[in-house]
Amino acid sequence: MGTLAERLVVGAKLPPFTRVTDFDVWNRFAAVNYEFVPIHMDDAAGREAGLPGAVGMGNLQWAYLHNLVRDWLGDDGRILRMDLQFRAMNRRGQTVSAHGEVRGVTHGDDGLEVSLNVWTEAVDADTGKAQQLAVGHCVVLLH
Amino acid sequence: MSLISVDMGAAVGSELSRAASFPVSESDIRRWAIATYYPRRPPARFWDAKAAGECALGGIVAPEEFNPFAWMAAEPRTRPPSDPVRDPDHLEHLLGIAGPGLRNQLNGGVSVEYGVPMRPGDVIESVVTLVRYTEKTGRLGAMLFTVTEELWRNQRMETVRRFQMTLIRY
Repeated sequence: MGTLAERLVVGAKLPPFTRVTDFDVWNRFAAVNYEFVPIHMDDAAGREAGLPGAVGMGNLQWAYLHNLVRDWLGDDGRILRMDLQFRAMNRRGQTVSAHGEVRGVTHGDDGLEVSLNVWTEAVDADTGKAQQLAVGHCVVLLH
Repeated sequence: MSLISVDMGAAVGSELSRAASFPVSESDIRRWAIATYYPRRPPARFWDAKAAGECALGGIVAPEEFNPFAWMAAEPRTRPPSDPVRDPDHLEHLLGIAGPGLRNQLNGGVSVEYGVPMRPGDVIESVVTLVRYTEKTGRLGAMLFTVTEELWRNQRMETVRRFQMTLIRY
């Protein structure tokens, strides 16, 4: 197998981090992040805001992307930077997955830096169609 | 007519808020990890001191995206002048000036640079600064983009993270 650094190839995909998202997931995150916002907890509040119903938190997608990268890194490195732009809402019942792929490897001052494309996408429970929810980049430092 | 008033333009670079967390606890870290990995069990390094001690970081540390200011901060003890979720002019109200008066707001994007990890016992200081305003007209009409930066440092004044957010108001 070798170390993570030895296995790095541009274009290589990270094993996705996937969760089915509904109130059971969102309420737990609201409880640790004090994010008790009506559109995340009540379908009627979501509809009043012009949405199809309650929607998930962007901060939870942000956390899922960190989980994705951490699970891939294991004990071999740490996250240096990440950015993300939100493109679509996470609706109830969707299966959300966080993805990443290697876009480059450089030698930095402190070691090997790996840049990644990262994104979240959702599969609609009714239609089975996938849609990107957020897209961004990440840079990790390998020990 | 610009959405950026003279007062708003003059406020660029100002400090919006400053806070100090209560000490980070192992329980805070454990619950954050449980919530963000739910329904699966989170990695042992976030809740098992022995497993964490065998990792490169040498003990339990918080997930990078962990928020030590959830629920309550140690300082300040007063509430902000308005609710950031319900008041689109919240940022300007922190500065005591009038905002643009737009009705809607959404998170346009975030970026972060991480420094040292947060460990149990750490007290985190947060300083939020107004970085810039820009405006343009899009399909939603007149739109105001506001970039803020939040710097977190621990009790040793080591940088924990530098976080920028773009708020879109329309």
